[in-house]
Amino acid sequence: MKEQNIEELERQFQEKIDNEIKIEPKDWMPDAYRETLIRQISQHAHSEIVGQLPEGNWVTRAPNLRRKAVLLAKIQDEAGHGLYLYSAVETLGADREETIDDLHSGKAKYSSIFNYPSLTWADMGMIGWLVDGAAIMNQVPLCRCSYGPYARAMVRVCKEESFHQRQGYEIVAKLANGTPEQKEMAQESLNRWWWPALMMFGPSDADSKHTEQSMKWKIKRHTNDELRQMFVDVTVPQAEHIGLKVPDNDLKFNEETGHYDFGEINWDEFWQVVKGYGPCNKERVDARRKAKEEGMWIREAANAYAEKRAKRNKKAS
Amino acid sequence: MTEKEALFEYLLRRADDSLILGHRLSEWCGHGPILEEDIALTNLALDLIGQATEWYQYAAQVEDKGRDEDDLAFMRIEREYKNVLLVEQTNGDFGKTIVRQFLFDHFQNLLFERLMESKDEQIAAIAAKSIKEVRYHLKHSSEWVIRLGDGTEESHNRVQESLTDLSRFIDELFYQDEVDEQLIKAGIACDTSSFEKEYRNNIQAVIDEATLALPEKQWQLDGGRKGVHSEHLGYLLTELQYMQRTYPGMEW
Repeated sequence: MKEQNIEELERQFQEKIDNEIKIEPKDWMPDAYRETLIRQISQHAHSEIVGQLPEGNWVTRAPNLRRKAVLLAKIQDEAGHGLYLYSAVETLGADREETIDDLHSGKAKYSSIFNYPSLTWADMGMIGWLVDGAAIMNQVPLCRCSYGPYARAMVRVCKEESFHQRQGYEIVAKLANGTPEQKEMAQESLNRWWWPALMMFGPSDADSKHTEQSMKWKIKRHTNDELRQMFVDVTVPQAEHIGLKVPDNDLKFNEETGHYDFGEINWDEFWQVVKGYGPCNKERVDARRKAKEEGMWIREAANAYAEKRAKRNKKAS
Repeated sequence: MTEKEALFEYLLRRADDSLILGHRLSEWCGHGPILEEDIALTNLALDLIGQATEWYQYAAQVEDKGRDEDDLAFMRIEREYKNVLLVEQTNGDFGKTIVRQFLFDHFQNLLFERLMESKDEQIAAIAAKSIKEVRYHLKHSSEWVIRLGDGTEESHNRVQESLTDLSRFIDELFYQDEVDEQLIKAGIACDTSSFEKEYRNNIQAVIDEATLALPEKQWQLDGGRKGVHSEHLGYLLTELQYMQRTYPGMEW
């Protein structure tokens, strides 16, 4: 293709985006846009799948039948999100299994929050309230993402995440209003999850290498720091409402800005966990790799059977 | 044994089967061999926990001693669980999980079909509601038995081994004692011997299509209905009951 043509195509592409017209799978798009989306959507899918693990860790120990059922339903939702996000990735010409292999080799990332361990029942509440709450902050604007299939998948994902967030808050509220032991369990869990939850919005704007381009392409609608601030503003009153203390001595409502000021994130920890040195990075990826490796004979069997059946059907007809 | 005591016992047997199998399936969460199957196994677990909850609620009501469904599910000792041995067997590989499910689904399907006609309205209602799920479970597990049996040499051998292993628990599905007898007379329970032949025909048809074989008649194990279990159940209960035992009397 002549260079002029590409320039023209790029101009038309950006024009569509500026006019809020969705980009669809068969439309022309710049390679970098496609690659950014493949990276982002597959990362998102991997996060849903890896995110099953810390919750699966408590499903066999859920404290009563109702909680067990709700947790199972939630985990099933997460796996379902993974499934349609992988489908969205495939509309961009990527292969689902290849993107999964990238996860297993460490090439592809997933949300670092799932590299923290789930140690108590309260963590099931915290994951719903804080982790899904932060995910919603990120994902609601993605419902208006310029890429059609991703935006549409997000509409459904957000509905379910909002249910997850409420059930998580309900777990925490029940503990916070329970016995002293339960309240302590909730506070201890909040102490561990608060900062990792803030880290979910990614590096600060000054260090975010993808933000500017992604905003121009309207894949992203807000910067990391904007989203983080929104999350803090919404979540702090929720914690106060149930009598829990956010573990940040610098946290203070700023009358002038109308927002909460908050302390500095430990960026060393953030980057170490991203690089693979968090408490559970190895366990999470190992678990996923093991699931695939131990499932290979099942895939092979399913394929072999499908082939046999196709042959038999051919003979019969 | 009064009819009320028999009914309570009968309901516990139903509830415990569903709870323990649901628990086993939930151990797969996040570790399924294929994403679609991860979802399917979680879904099965969810259905079974839902069934268990309904059976326990009714059992608690029948017992009328102030216990609720969670007390029954979480606060009994091992000898008081009345599930069949089949459902407490460990997951093994995906093939073993599927064979266990397959043997149980076919039983549950025929049982619930009959319990829908129970004179006890509550039992009939729970069976009628659950059977819709069970029919789906049955289709899922049977299709996988066929796929794995008639797939590759490796899958055939693996699933044959699981079938041989788990077939030791088939007879126990049809175990009956004075609990059943009393309720059969009252038109509340159904006589499992009335559908044992149908069960064997149904599973045999799938096993044949899967190019697998049930072993020659082998020694059968039982004890579950009387609370005498395999060594596996104690560990399962340790996990299941962890929160209720560690924090007694608290609400969650």
